[in-house]
Amino acid sequence: MSEMAAHSAHPQGFAHQFEDVGQQRDAGRLGMWIFLATEILFFGGLFTAFIIYRALHLPAFIAGSHQLEVQFGATNTAVLICSSLTMALAIRSAQVGKPRGTIIFWLVLTMLFGAAFLGIKLHYEWLRDYREGLVPGFGFNVAKYTPGVEMFFCFYFFMTGLHALHMVAGIGVLTVLIIMAARNAFSSEYYAPLEISGLYWHFVDIVWIFLFSLLYLIGGRYAQ
Amino acid sequence: MSNDSEHARHTEYSEHIVPVATYVGVFFALMIGTALTTWVAYIDLGRWNTVVALAIAVIKMILVVLFFMHVKYNKGLTRIVILAAFFWLGIMITLSLADELTRHWELNPAPWSVLLPYLSRLF
Repeated sequence: MSEMAAHSAHPQGFAHQFEDVGQQRDAGRLGMWIFLATEILFFGGLFTAFIIYRALHLPAFIAGSHQLEVQFGATNTAVLICSSLTMALAIRSAQVGKPRGTIIFWLVLTMLFGAAFLGIKLHYEWLRDYREGLVPGFGFNVAKYTPGVEMFFCFYFFMTGLHALHMVAGIGVLTVLIIMAARNAFSSEYYAPLEISGLYWHFVDIVWIFLFSLLYLIGGRYAQ
Repeated sequence: MSNDSEHARHTEYSEHIVPVATYVGVFFALMIGTALTTWVAYIDLGRWNTVVALAIAVIKMILVVLFFMHVKYNKGLTRIVILAAFFWLGIMITLSLADELTRHWELNPAPWSVLLPYLSRLF
């Protein structure tokens, strides 16, 4: 009886400035979403500039877009969707009180998918782009490609580069979560860090969904 | 008695657990969306290529937000923040486009000296 009283007075992770655990969870989610709102506008600035320059230089941007290989962009989109699924399953396994091994399993899978995304990007896309003279400022092939194409690739590397930076940060967060899970920090009562990091990870996935559509596919690929 | 009410206060809130089947269903919907948007890009729809690509991207985003990010099971305040963020993004894009696309600058603007004949109108 006294044990139950002690348990109910201190659910795991409960901070006493909140009314109850439910309010604490809502507050955590709300805070994360406000941060994600700032991130939406952060990427939004680049998207806005891209939209404007594409409207002003459509043929050059289509030519630039056609230098990208759709198969790698599409594969990367699939990889990130898989990582979002494994992240959601990691949070769910904590919610239903699975052992820490299960949580760690899903988190490690998420990390592997994230690393695969970065590997494909770096090796199959950016390295090839560099060798073909498509990286502005690093041996851009001005003889072969017009200034409009160079502008497209400025946007391409800034936007995918900023996104990749967010992926790296996300992988860092996942590492911390795995260490926390290994130390038995999570339970069906307390999984807030997992849920909050999940929101960040899904957001980075959504940004890539739009990057893929705008950079690889806009303008259509039927002219090739 | 006070023990019971305290117990209820701290543990009455139970999270909605999303079934694995829902997650897997959303996963397949996202994969199909990706395949669809890639496939449509190779078909000539003229101006509609852009519309279709963006529409599919928005649907995928809504699926991720509602299910993977649990917004479907969250309180209204979270949704207001999300809608506000997209509203502000809309303002930024709309007003920037309204500015840029209505400028109608010539590709080779004339030098400032063409204004000299009009100088007399200032006085």
